[in-house]
Amino acid sequence: MNGSDPASRFAPGTHPDLPPPVRTTGVIGWSRENLFSSPFNVALTLLGAWLLYSIIPPVLEWAFIKSIWVADSRTECWGEMEVPEEAACWAFIKGRVNLFIYGFYPVEERWRVNLSFVLLVLAIVPVLYDRLPGRRHWMWYVAAFPFLAAWLLVGGFGLPFVETDQFGGFMLTLVIGVTGISFSLPIGIALALGRASSMPTVRTLCVLFIEFIRGVPLITLLFVASTMLNYFLPPGTSFDLLMRVLIMVTLFSSAYIAEVVRGGLQGVATGQVEAADSLGLSYWKAQRLIVLPQALKISIPGIVNTFIGLYKDTTLVLIIGMLDPLGIGRASLADAVWAGLAREVYLFIAVFFFLCCFGMSRYSLYLERKLDTGHAKE
Amino acid sequence: MATVDETAGGATRASDPAETIISIQGMHKWFGQFHVLKDINLDVKQGERIVICGPSGSGKSTLIRCINRLEEHQQGSIVVEGTELTSDLKNIEIIRSEVGMVFQQFNLFPHLTVLDNCTLAPIWVRKMPKAEAQEVAMSYLERVRIPEQAEKFPGQLSGGQQQRVAIARSLCMNPRIMLFDEPTSALDPEMIKEVLDVMVELAESGMTMLVVTHEMGFATAVAHRVIFMDEGEIIEQNAPGEFFNNPQHERTKLFLSQILSH
Amino acid sequence: MAAVPIENRGLISRLWGHQETRSVIVQVLTVAVVFAVLALVLRNVVINLEAIGKEFSFSFLSAPAAYDITFSPFIEYSSRDTHLVAAAVGILNTLLVAVCGIVAATLLGVTMGILRLSRNWLVNRIVYVFLEFTRNVPVLLHILLVHGIVVTTLPAPRKAIDIGETMFISNRGLYVPSPVLEAGSGIVIAVLVAAIVAAALFRRWAKRVQVETGKIYPVFWTCSGIIVVATAFAFVVMGAPLSWDVPALKGFNFRGGMALKPEFLALWLALTYYTACFIAEIVRAGILAVSHGQTEAAYALGVRPNRNLQLVVLPQALRIIIPPLVSQYLNLTKNSSLAIAIGYMDITATIGGISLMQTGKEMETMIIVMGVYLVISLLISFFMNWFNRSIRYKER
Repeated sequence: MNGSDPASRFAPGTHPDLPPPVRTTGVIGWSRENLFSSPFNVALTLLGAWLLYSIIPPVLEWAFIKSIWVADSRTECWGEMEVPEEAACWAFIKGRVNLFIYGFYPVEERWRVNLSFVLLVLAIVPVLYDRLPGRRHWMWYVAAFPFLAAWLLVGGFGLPFVETDQFGGFMLTLVIGVTGISFSLPIGIALALGRASSMPTVRTLCVLFIEFIRGVPLITLLFVASTMLNYFLPPGTSFDLLMRVLIMVTLFSSAYIAEVVRGGLQGVATGQVEAADSLGLSYWKAQRLIVLPQALKISIPGIVNTFIGLYKDTTLVLIIGMLDPLGIGRASLADAVWAGLAREVYLFIAVFFFLCCFGMSRYSLYLERKLDTGHAKE
Repeated sequence: MATVDETAGGATRASDPAETIISIQGMHKWFGQFHVLKDINLDVKQGERIVICGPSGSGKSTLIRCINRLEEHQQGSIVVEGTELTSDLKNIEIIRSEVGMVFQQFNLFPHLTVLDNCTLAPIWVRKMPKAEAQEVAMSYLERVRIPEQAEKFPGQLSGGQQQRVAIARSLCMNPRIMLFDEPTSALDPEMIKEVLDVMVELAESGMTMLVVTHEMGFATAVAHRVIFMDEGEIIEQNAPGEFFNNPQHERTKLFLSQILSH
Repeated sequence: MAAVPIENRGLISRLWGHQETRSVIVQVLTVAVVFAVLALVLRNVVINLEAIGKEFSFSFLSAPAAYDITFSPFIEYSSRDTHLVAAAVGILNTLLVAVCGIVAATLLGVTMGILRLSRNWLVNRIVYVFLEFTRNVPVLLHILLVHGIVVTTLPAPRKAIDIGETMFISNRGLYVPSPVLEAGSGIVIAVLVAAIVAAALFRRWAKRVQVETGKIYPVFWTCSGIIVVATAFAFVVMGAPLSWDVPALKGFNFRGGMALKPEFLALWLALTYYTACFIAEIVRAGILAVSHGQTEAAYALGVRPNRNLQLVVLPQALRIIIPPLVSQYLNLTKNSSLAIAIGYMDITATIGGISLMQTGKEMETMIIVMGVYLVISLLISFFMNWFNRSIRYKER
């Protein structure tokens, strides 16, 4: 037949692997393909390079090379520079790191905050790492952690009381974020089950609640917490502001969790419920043993994303006068000795939030990938 | 009616055996560092029907995807109907409208009805009036025996029906060559036959066909030539009778024993 | 486990044993509990309000607000106007920043999303770093940061940065020329409208010609041409009946032109680029979700890349993009309530902020503020549900 070329150098079946032509690989091939494949692309590359050139060196110079780390006031800081205001004055942040971390928590009691943080890390490990030996027993500790931490931070039972208006800084962010997510999870799951229920009144009530919460901004709910929540309580009783904020934040995020879990419930095949029914499992057993484990597994990335949103939203409490890192930053800027260092403060806080949230979003992405491959195998 | 005449015309064109319609010379392709096609030389005559088989990863799909430039080759030449495939967009366009392709995963457009799937390219590439395009499409849908599904959406059809629509969609461009990339691999057994029947009919009308498939019955029935590929090379090619009864190469024997044993 | 026959058990367990009656019992109990809690809360509210001598009424809305609103581009407002007018100003300001933010965020977001899909590695990475950094920092921080930059690092009006001597950026905001329509401009506008109508008619005609003969006209370029050329022609013939009121420095601030206050600028900018980062990811994911096979099939049919985008990719990608896009619009609208942190007078800052402080009507003002956001959200959700139903693929 005509197919085989007589000029071929190799007998059929013996052709070795050859390296690709040089112009299509290596640095040259790579940049031809990825940077200079068309005139428009060349223009984009040049624009990008110019952008990097005009941003990165000045920022590095401002933040590191020319920045001042030791000073007692803004004037002293700027005085040490060749041109005042040409670089960052990190001395300001450095002197207030403890304020940013602990707020106004009494200095001699700060070990309690540190201990709570260690306990928190220990509680997160079994949640994130599903192959931990004895994970079931760890989960009891995880469930007990919020109460343990509340006792440590607030006091009582042998520990001196600390007023919650002394809470502040990153510690306050963690308190609101962790409380919000751990209490909103069960409520959110219940709401999602209610919304998927076959009982019309239960479904309607859940839909009303979820849509109401999701329809208003968090800041209005915080206003409700700060100005009028006490009207709802029996006369003579009242909660302190942090407690009211925690309640509202929990309700707020539970509505969002409910929607994430609802998506997870819809992702469980109807055949699963039918199989459970055919085995004679009751509604709650079917939900607990068959549906929820699958639904929650699908929902975890969404739950992590909700948590990232909530974590960022904790900054809103500054508007009702609480001193989260941003609140502390703004209060520090009002200090006459240091006023005018907004960039340093905001950048510092931004980096803190970025590190936390970026880490969590990477984790959620990793989970999504893991789930994807899990499905592909089935 | 016009379309039936055209198909008949295709058959007469096919009866001229001398014309070489695809000519591939010394073609190489790499995916990154991976040498996926090695020194491919292949001539296809007008009206010839070729079945390409080989183990998975042997480069057979990549080979036919190079023919309408869904993949780029890096060395050698591919000439289709006298037009060489280069990065010249005009040539690619000409060749693509002359070469039809059917995919393993059908790739029907889910947002369009079956009829709109079939008329999209005639209207936007061939600039055909809509009524005429619909007439052509209906005639081909009749040929693949699903005219009654014309107003449905792809998601409402079975796999076999979807693949027949995909064949009709390609035929609507009145191509001179049809490429089939494992057209039955994603189908349930009972649906394979309905698709193969359509392909056999198409073969009998004289269409030039390159088919990547493991359906050896189909190869025996309609192919002029069977090509066996392994590790990016054409190992062996022969008429189907010779190929199946008297394979020359060890690797061909091994492959045939594996796929024919069950 | 030996089951006791149903008729041998007590009444309650008999009712509980039946699916229908059990469902009724659960529902009745749920409703009873919810209403009991609501009644309790209501009773507490009544008792608590009485104890401090407050009355639940919306009559404060007709009282003078007695505070200034510095930014009210749509209606005349003075501190002698009522709280109701202040509420209207607030609602309009909320809608203004929301609409401006949505338009700008969509443009920026789609651009960044497409750049993220670009094969240009450098541009792709730059956009990625910007996206990740912006998305993972609280929006309130962005708002404060931009506001801080506008107010503290921009120069005073006397040293304003001027752009072509017509636009001025200072720490008092962005001053741009405002258009002044002169005699004859009506005709130009009429011609513009006529040109748009003509372009629409051309589009219909071209579509019909394509259906009948298959001939394809360059519809987009022709329509743009008709509109631009006709309007420009009318503009020149009428002797350019448009002048600009250019802002000029008078005393300590600018007079004339249009003023975009720093609060508005900061809020608008921050909401725009923050939301745009989320939109970019949505756009990117939407386009990537249209399987590669779809594009290959179109190419195999000889369809050109630009037509492939128009006929195959976008119709499918938009179905994926639009629902999360609208929820981002909703987020932007809700996030605009953070205006209060920088003193932009939206509905939260007027009624939920100053009016609340002045009148002490926490309940009433919060009901109004939440009601406004709820109405906006519900309108958008209804639209979304309708839209989702209308674009769903038909499947078996």
